[in-house]
Amino acid sequence: MIRLKINGVDEEITATTIAQLLAARGIDPGARFLAVAVNGEVVRRATWDETAINAGDAVEIVRPLQGG
Amino acid sequence: MSNDPFVIAGTALKSRLFIGTAGYPNQQVMLDSLEASGAELVTMSIRRISLDTYSGSLVDLLGDRCRLLPNTSGCVTARDAILTAELARESLATDWVKLELIGDRETLYPDVEQLVHAADELVRKGFVVLPYCNDDPVTCQKLADVGCAAVMPLGSLIGSGRGIANPAAIELICTRSSVPVVLDAGIGTASDAALAMELGCDAVLVNTAISKAHDPIAMAAAMKAGVEAGRLARLAGRIPKRTMAEPSSPQLGLVGT
Repeated sequence: MIRLKINGVDEEITATTIAQLLAARGIDPGARFLAVAVNGEVVRRATWDETAINAGDAVEIVRPLQGG
Repeated sequence: MSNDPFVIAGTALKSRLFIGTAGYPNQQVMLDSLEASGAELVTMSIRRISLDTYSGSLVDLLGDRCRLLPNTSGCVTARDAILTAELARESLATDWVKLELIGDRETLYPDVEQLVHAADELVRKGFVVLPYCNDDPVTCQKLADVGCAAVMPLGSLIGSGRGIANPAAIELICTRSSVPVVLDAGIGTASDAALAMELGCDAVLVNTAISKAHDPIAMAAAMKAGVEAGRLARLAGRIPKRTMAEPSSPQLGLVGT
């Protein structure tokens, strides 16, 4: 269990990689148009399986939405 | 108009009307409005997912029918805007970004200092940057100088529907600009879009005026016609304005003289 920030909210989660973090939150890592950044850097989808997450990380998970 | 190509960053676009996807009564009306507008370039935002209710995406619905232009709406720092652009590139596999950097929540006026800085950075990172900016020729020049692919000066405040507050400034920007000019923000109705094109703009971006119209689909068609009429009029060349009347009928052979 590690403490980190997901989309601005403090969370405790059991995961060691981006892919595990998404799965733990019920998000299909295969879902199209998802994008992830950790500590201000985009993490390419191809590396989600091996990119480690650590306590204190700030994770952003986004997708496109209506906009002007 | 096939003999009047419109190109941004080497990409030929079929329509000079760009539309936003926000604020429609429902998704079907949005899709039908998009169809009626004939727009090819369509804006979207990038937002954090809800950790509770993530299901599908608007992008699936838009499918292959248009080219997506993600924006950085709501960003107030260059850092957040740059990260949002990078996330958009990852999400949508496009280098294009509508760069918005908001300096004031109430008016949504751009923060010019941060805007130019972020634009410079994004161009260096390989983005095709279309910045939403003030109707100020100096700002537009600075944005073109750092490598923006177009400039998008505001007609009036975002969502205000007040049309083009300073037509002389927009005309001046169009005269001087080395990159395409897209009138962004403030359009209220089709005549505003036509005026933008008559002033020399290369394209117009409309969202609220369509999505919040009584009949969005009809307004989308009206905007399409307005943009086309304005472009034709611009190419045709308007007559000069005169102070006094100039009779249009022949002055010889008047009856009774």
